[in-house]
Amino acid sequence: MKGMTLIVKTISKLIAGLIFLYGIYVVLHGHLTPGGGFAGGIIIAGAFVLLVLAEGSDEFSTEVKKWRASLFESLGIFIFWFLAMLGVFGGTFFFLNLLSKGRPFRLLSAGIILPCNIGIGIEVGGALFAIFITLAVLKGKGD
Amino acid sequence: MTELYLLLILMILGAIIALEARDLLSAIISLGIVGFGLVLAFLVLQAPDLAIVQIVVETLSLIILIAAILKTSKEDTTEVFGWKKACLWTGGLIFLVIFMVYINQAFKLLPEFGFPIMRMAGHYLELGLEKTGAANLVAGVILDFRGYDTLGEATVLFTAVMGVIVVLRKIGRIK
Amino acid sequence: MIYLLCALLLLIGLYGVLVKRNLIKIIIGLSIMEYAIFLFFAVIGYREGGTAPIITKGFEKAIFVDPLPQALVLTAIVIGLAVTALLVAIAVRIYEKHGTFDIREIKRLKG
Repeated sequence: MKGMTLIVKTISKLIAGLIFLYGIYVVLHGHLTPGGGFAGGIIIAGAFVLLVLAEGSDEFSTEVKKWRASLFESLGIFIFWFLAMLGVFGGTFFFLNLLSKGRPFRLLSAGIILPCNIGIGIEVGGALFAIFITLAVLKGKGD
Repeated sequence: MTELYLLLILMILGAIIALEARDLLSAIISLGIVGFGLVLAFLVLQAPDLAIVQIVVETLSLIILIAAILKTSKEDTTEVFGWKKACLWTGGLIFLVIFMVYINQAFKLLPEFGFPIMRMAGHYLELGLEKTGAANLVAGVILDFRGYDTLGEATVLFTAVMGVIVVLRKIGRIK
Repeated sequence: MIYLLCALLLLIGLYGVLVKRNLIKIIIGLSIMEYAIFLFFAVIGYREGGTAPIITKGFEKAIFVDPLPQALVLTAIVIGLAVTALLVAIAVRIYEKHGTFDIREIKRLKG
């Protein structure tokens, strides 16, 4: 598909960084405010989708982007599985909440929930960006 | 809860339009009405976590559907006419009435709207903060008390994305 | 009464899946059925006079709504998106091969 006009391209380059930062905020504060890994991951994917829609898909190669997005997706779920297996390596149950609970209402509290949210955020962001790239840059019947 | 009833009536009207529209782009935008009405219903029912997830998922789902429409056909050219349509509507209405009668009997056994039975949830609400350390109790439930479900969900999402990438490869075009 | 309206939305989605002949309309009907089920779960968890189940400083002992149905629906929303994306990918492939979305035309096996 063709790209958009110059005004849209400039504004979307400025705003995509802000959307990415907001997505990271929602992921990191998942145990204090509503949100969490899934909502933040999809917001992170939305920042990249905005860049692709503004530039148009004729101008860059999509194979490299698809490969890199699925790399992030696999990395995310590997982090999640590794945190769940920390219990087994330590000698107790699978998926035990074994990091320290900390004091409530602080950022570094709640044991295993914060790294799990980060892992899920990376996984969902990579997965949805890969879906969008695959579906939206097909060659249609008019191309 | 009059606002909840109004939102439900809006969603039902949007759903009927989404299925009966002839132009596929209008049908997908009506599906967006149903989805965003659901966001407002979640906010009225005091569930902000669900509202945030539903709004972003709805936006992305509309983008995916419209991207599929633009590459392929834009109109729904299949319709039934004449006596087949009359038979279909009569049978549908009879089924609707019978279903509603029986499901009303089943819904009478549920607890009344606004007074749920909270056997496990009372335990989670009292001891959630000190057992998990999370202030957001829904995040504490999905990642600490019921972590297996989240592991299964991450696996399902991963498998679905692998399926999409495999189905839409360039190799294997017949014809 | 709320439960009956949720059941009506479910039946409208079921009508879309069973009766319609266009593949995109079938996918739309499936999405409407999923939304009806999410609404039913959220309605079951509501408590009269309750607030969102998030503990803030100074309000540790308020009345909260039920957090368990919300956890179930959170998982289900993301799975619904994954299933919709896979269905759309298969529908695009079917259109490339047969040239139409009509399900009566794609029933014949080739060869």
